[in-house]
Amino acid sequence: MSVKTPSTLEKILASGQQAVTSEIGPPRSTDGAEIEHKANLIKDYVDAINVTDNQTSVVRLCSLAACIRLKQMGLEPVMQMTTRDRNRIAIQSDILGAASFGINNILCLTGDHQIFGDHAASANVFDLDSVQLLETVRLMRDEGKLMSGFDLPSRPNMFVGAAENPFAGPNVLVRAMRLAKKIKAGAEFIQTQCIYNIPKFKEWLKIAVDKGLTQKVHILAGITPFKSLGMARYMKSRVPGMDVPDNLIERLKGVPKEKQAEEGIRLAIEMMQELKGLNGVKGFHIMAIEWEEKVPELVKGAGLYPRPTA
Amino acid sequence: MIKATPKPLEEIIDYVKDFSNILIVGCDGCVTVCEAGGMKEAKILGSALRLYYTQAGKDHEVIETTVTRQCDKEYLAGIKDLVENADAVISLACGCGIQYLTEMYYHKIVFPGVNTHFMGINAERGRYEERCAGCGQCILASTGGICPIARCSKRMLNGPCGGSDNGKCEVNKDIPCAWHLIYERLEILGQLNRLEEPVSAKDWRTSRDGGPRVIIRDDLRKD
Repeated sequence: MSVKTPSTLEKILASGQQAVTSEIGPPRSTDGAEIEHKANLIKDYVDAINVTDNQTSVVRLCSLAACIRLKQMGLEPVMQMTTRDRNRIAIQSDILGAASFGINNILCLTGDHQIFGDHAASANVFDLDSVQLLETVRLMRDEGKLMSGFDLPSRPNMFVGAAENPFAGPNVLVRAMRLAKKIKAGAEFIQTQCIYNIPKFKEWLKIAVDKGLTQKVHILAGITPFKSLGMARYMKSRVPGMDVPDNLIERLKGVPKEKQAEEGIRLAIEMMQELKGLNGVKGFHIMAIEWEEKVPELVKGAGLYPRPTA
Repeated sequence: MIKATPKPLEEIIDYVKDFSNILIVGCDGCVTVCEAGGMKEAKILGSALRLYYTQAGKDHEVIETTVTRQCDKEYLAGIKDLVENADAVISLACGCGIQYLTEMYYHKIVFPGVNTHFMGINAERGRYEERCAGCGQCILASTGGICPIARCSKRMLNGPCGGSDNGKCEVNKDIPCAWHLIYERLEILGQLNRLEEPVSAKDWRTSRDGGPRVIIRDDLRKD
């Protein structure tokens, strides 16, 4: 896969090296310093930093502003963008704005339904979905056009990504077909949902390999360390599309409460080591939810430190 | 058909408490089928209002009637005298009927007696389910006959999303995931390959986003 954009993430992936990305959730405030603080915790251990877009439909400082801040720190942001809150006018407008600050990576998402957040009474938009957002970014980048057909005098130069959840319904085959669809729509890299059920992930990956999809897209395996038994139970029972096998719950149960966080980190490192060598896995996306300080430990533990220079 | 539910009695009483001659107009169409605004419901509401006025010690007259359809002016014209004699009218029709009655009797106060919800089917008595969002550009031919616009919580054209879980929607476990249903149907039809073809952005102009919609059928209109 040849390099098409100035994205550092793209260059590292194209060079055949394992990539590591992580993410920052912006604050529920105007505090830009918090973004800098979180970024400083992880910046030397990752190739790019995702910024979430009002994740779980909770209002936060916007992804675009946080990405600009990261860019100004000399870092490599991945702007997450959901279609829940913006129509195609606002979406294309934000992409142009992000591009004007040299933001070179975008992750195209549909987004969680607003019922989960702090504004359940809001009217959602869903003018587009994630697949159509992928098509939109590729149209803007590769053909220099807006959806209206308007010719852009300058193009957003973004490396285009999407998420995929191998564990959601109906089954791994459909999830692999959806991966194929996202690739057709323009996805160049994929960050998966948090992986806990490794056998099921391998099933999904095998279908992707057999379909030739892993030749066309860089898959980054999603990793979220458990902070506690409570968190693992919550993920298992309360987060739709999340697959946490019972043996992991048992494993966390088997250690005293004050040791559970440590065990969660150990477990995440073991999983990374197992996934690292798999055909079709090109790196990791570490989602240490409000636990960014643990990212260095995970990256080192998985033998992925130091990070390459693109 | 259109599905509606009766408004809470307290809300209706609050509308009419300062009036004494009330006309309740039911509709023999959709709202009769879903038992929200037919003659039966008009009579129940009438009895409740009379009881309220009596207990409040107020002189009153409450009359119940229905028309075949409140979305046709010919039927609405037939209740002219009843409407003229009332201080206020409560319409038990859907939002369309309420507004059409208002247009015909422009100087009369008209209150809604139902909440109008959606176009749907009668799953069983007392359970009605939305099936169509009236987007004006039907895509059922490509989705196995199951509409993701009406039935997917994110009206996605490229589902299922990552929250589809054991056939259920992420919004809650009582909602079947529309894309799971579409997948099952496409499998039966031998059309699973559709799931690998991106469906491009929809033109919503025929949906909710071009102002109130109008259909003009020249073939049906008199010159």
